[in-house]
Amino acid sequence: MLLSLEGATVRFGGRAALDAVDLAVAEHEIVCVLGPSGSGKSTLLRAVAGLQAVDAGQVLLDGRDQARVPAHRRGVGLMFQDHQLFPQRDVAGNVAFGLRMRGAGREEQAERVRELLELVGLPDAGRRGVGTLSGGEQQRVALARALAPRPRLLMLDEPLGQLDRTLRERLVVELRDLFGRLGTTVLAVTHDQGEAFALADRVVVMRDGRVAQSGSPLEVWQRPADAFVARFLGFENVVRATVAGTVADTPWGKVPVPGGSAQGERNLLVRPSGVRLAAGSGGGGLRCVVAARTFQGAQVSLRLRPEGEAPELEAVCPLRDAPAPGETVGVLFDAGEIAVLG
Amino acid sequence: MTATSTRSGLRGDAARLGLMAVPVAFFAVFFAHPVVAIVLRGLRGEDGAWRLAEAARTLGRPEVREVLWFTLWQALASTALTLVVALPAAYVFARLRFPGRELLRAVVTVPFVLPTVVAGAAFLAVVGRSGLFDELWGVRLDGTVGAVLLAHVFVNFAVVVRTVGGLWAQLDPGQEEAARMLGASRFTAWRTVTLPALGPAVAAAALMIFLFTFTSFGIVQVLGGPGVSTLETEIYRRTADLLDLTTAAVLSLVQFAAVGGVLAVHAWTVRRREATLRLVDPATTARPPRGAGQRLLLGGVLLVTAVLIVLPPAVLVQRSFSAGLGYYRALAEEDGAAFLVAPVEAVWNSLEYAVAATAIALVIGGLAAAALARRDAGRWVRGFDALLMLPLGVSAVTVGFGFLIALDEPPLDLRSTWILVPLAQALVGVPFVVRTMLPVLRAVDHRLREAAAVLGASPWRVWREVDLPMVRRALLIAAGFAFAVSLGEFGATVFIARPDNPTLPVAVAKLIGRPGDLNYGQAMALSVILMVVCAAALLVLERLRGDRTGEF
Repeated sequence: MLLSLEGATVRFGGRAALDAVDLAVAEHEIVCVLGPSGSGKSTLLRAVAGLQAVDAGQVLLDGRDQARVPAHRRGVGLMFQDHQLFPQRDVAGNVAFGLRMRGAGREEQAERVRELLELVGLPDAGRRGVGTLSGGEQQRVALARALAPRPRLLMLDEPLGQLDRTLRERLVVELRDLFGRLGTTVLAVTHDQGEAFALADRVVVMRDGRVAQSGSPLEVWQRPADAFVARFLGFENVVRATVAGTVADTPWGKVPVPGGSAQGERNLLVRPSGVRLAAGSGGGGLRCVVAARTFQGAQVSLRLRPEGEAPELEAVCPLRDAPAPGETVGVLFDAGEIAVLG
Repeated sequence: MTATSTRSGLRGDAARLGLMAVPVAFFAVFFAHPVVAIVLRGLRGEDGAWRLAEAARTLGRPEVREVLWFTLWQALASTALTLVVALPAAYVFARLRFPGRELLRAVVTVPFVLPTVVAGAAFLAVVGRSGLFDELWGVRLDGTVGAVLLAHVFVNFAVVVRTVGGLWAQLDPGQEEAARMLGASRFTAWRTVTLPALGPAVAAAALMIFLFTFTSFGIVQVLGGPGVSTLETEIYRRTADLLDLTTAAVLSLVQFAAVGGVLAVHAWTVRRREATLRLVDPATTARPPRGAGQRLLLGGVLLVTAVLIVLPPAVLVQRSFSAGLGYYRALAEEDGAAFLVAPVEAVWNSLEYAVAATAIALVIGGLAAAALARRDAGRWVRGFDALLMLPLGVSAVTVGFGFLIALDEPPLDLRSTWILVPLAQALVGVPFVVRTMLPVLRAVDHRLREAAAVLGASPWRVWREVDLPMVRRALLIAAGFAFAVSLGEFGATVFIARPDNPTLPVAVAKLIGRPGDLNYGQAMALSVILMVVCAAALLVLERLRGDRTGEF
């Protein structure tokens, strides 16, 4: 393993920002740590970088304990959330900084700077002042600066956090592409699930300084480990249920679950796509009133209020079938889109 | 707490201690030690017994009481007079637009940075024996409190124009307009809206002027005479002329207490000044004068500025050339009476001392600022911050006197070494260095340092690559300040400069103190040289400060 954390713990006052975290990153792997703010993501990066001492546990790089290795000797790169470009240097000066610290010659520096600015798509920006760069350009320069000394591990703190939505969606694809081509090992943290799933080979969800779930984007998406992860991913149809065989007893009534699901008292996730609207109001199933609808491109997101005391349901349906608010619909459940959580 | 966090905590402490060790040692030896020596000298007899009653009796002596009373009332009078003269000027410079405003605002600042001895010499040239007014109307004020008060106004005019005027220019005129729209007359609007906003700045300026004039030495030494003697000049007289060190020490203690009191009041008013004001760009608030009233005010201020600020240095220059270049030539000749060397030697002495003092002040002040700027600076480190400012408040004369009585015996017998003078001057210069560097160091985003560390920069290289480029300008400005301060320093230097190595201000004062036209003329010529050197240093400083485009 290139990087492993073993029981890494960081305390601020009485609060544990990192609580006995175990994490491993293999060479060429892109790992994205996902979590709400305050979950300890940034502290994790700072502990690996050596900017924050761990109070207990170990940080190992290539199997060697880093406790006594200061930040500047760890050979890892960190791209800061707000970039932290050096204001008194131009773009080339920023990119060359890490190379100079390693004693690279002038020629080598110039060559590498040119190469990296080319790579991030700013080939002619070398002499520009960092104050003249747009947000997206700053982000590219920060990336070039972090990559220039060929760090064995590149860490990104909210890499796209400050950019607007469209730029973000384009850059995340570019980044994934770039890291794949260069074979860079990446540990990124973000609070944005879209970003994490688009970038990562593996997603690590954190909560209150602990790892809540770790797995491939598909695994995490399909089988959230618990109600917290499910809700954090944006799923709202999460309820307590009693599972017996392939049927679960829920506030919404009897719901089918896939075969082989865990039995007994459980949390149950119904993905919006698993909520089927029965044709017409006489179609049977759970009777619900449409409380609200939101148009999302080709489909419509619906908020359904079941009759009785049951919690509201989130559903999606194609644009042309969308019922109007106030209409009553019947609801059926699709076992394929339902997961029994831990 | 686990072993690891204790370790990192210790590492932070060690780094801090390393940075603080030199400044702390410097202040212990060259500030605390002399202060203790003064206290012991004043309050304890030869036999080591405390003599508090005797010290109290000293203060009760009529001639001492007279000095105390004069010191107090001349400071109050100087402060009041300065406010009366300079407040209208503060308004004019802040709110009226007229040709030459920027130049004139720079001109009125000059006296504040002139060495006090030069200010004294300039007023001597105007109101002294065979001065301008003496020749024109037979009016002489030297040796009277009048000359001292005028010179105090001359020096402190800029304090009011800068602190009060600076704020005045930034007050939103919309506030007064709002009051007018609600039915207030022009004057009522000013009284109820602008005046309360200016109040704290006026109070701060008044306190500063009071402190400066209460501890005034050079001006009183040059312009004063019998009965016109402040605590400072009296401490010097007791030490240098009468060798009455005990009385001098008791007077120094009074000076400590008074300065401490003023600084405490100042700290208190600063805390109260936190009221949030609406500030705007000064460029938007100035208007050309309108109506007879404003024109009259402008004319009056220009006249006062011309007579009070521009005239004295001009007359000084003119007098220095009244024998052609004769006085300047005489400076190069050894006369053997006043000094053991030719007066012109003082120029080189001053420059050498100033360079040494600047170097010391930069090292001490730089280290202290670096320690204070650390984010993990604890309470006792911040306490040190306040301690660093003390030499500014404690009068230069007490510093010099303390050096004289504290550093004259083994293991620290520095009396006969040249380094004593730069050390005293550095002590006065350190607060300027810290004040200039600290805000800049604190403004460096800590994560920039982290970014450099992650890119492979060792702590030393982080400082060189991130901190230094950002503080380089501040460092140069601090150096300029320290240089100018030590060039003009008189109060401390006069106690410890050796007769064969006088500095410029010391030589000027000595020449003025001796009879004869030649000495007088030489004093004027030497003052002009000092003025030019200081002006050059400050001009470089202003350039460094003003040129903010194309950073590095």
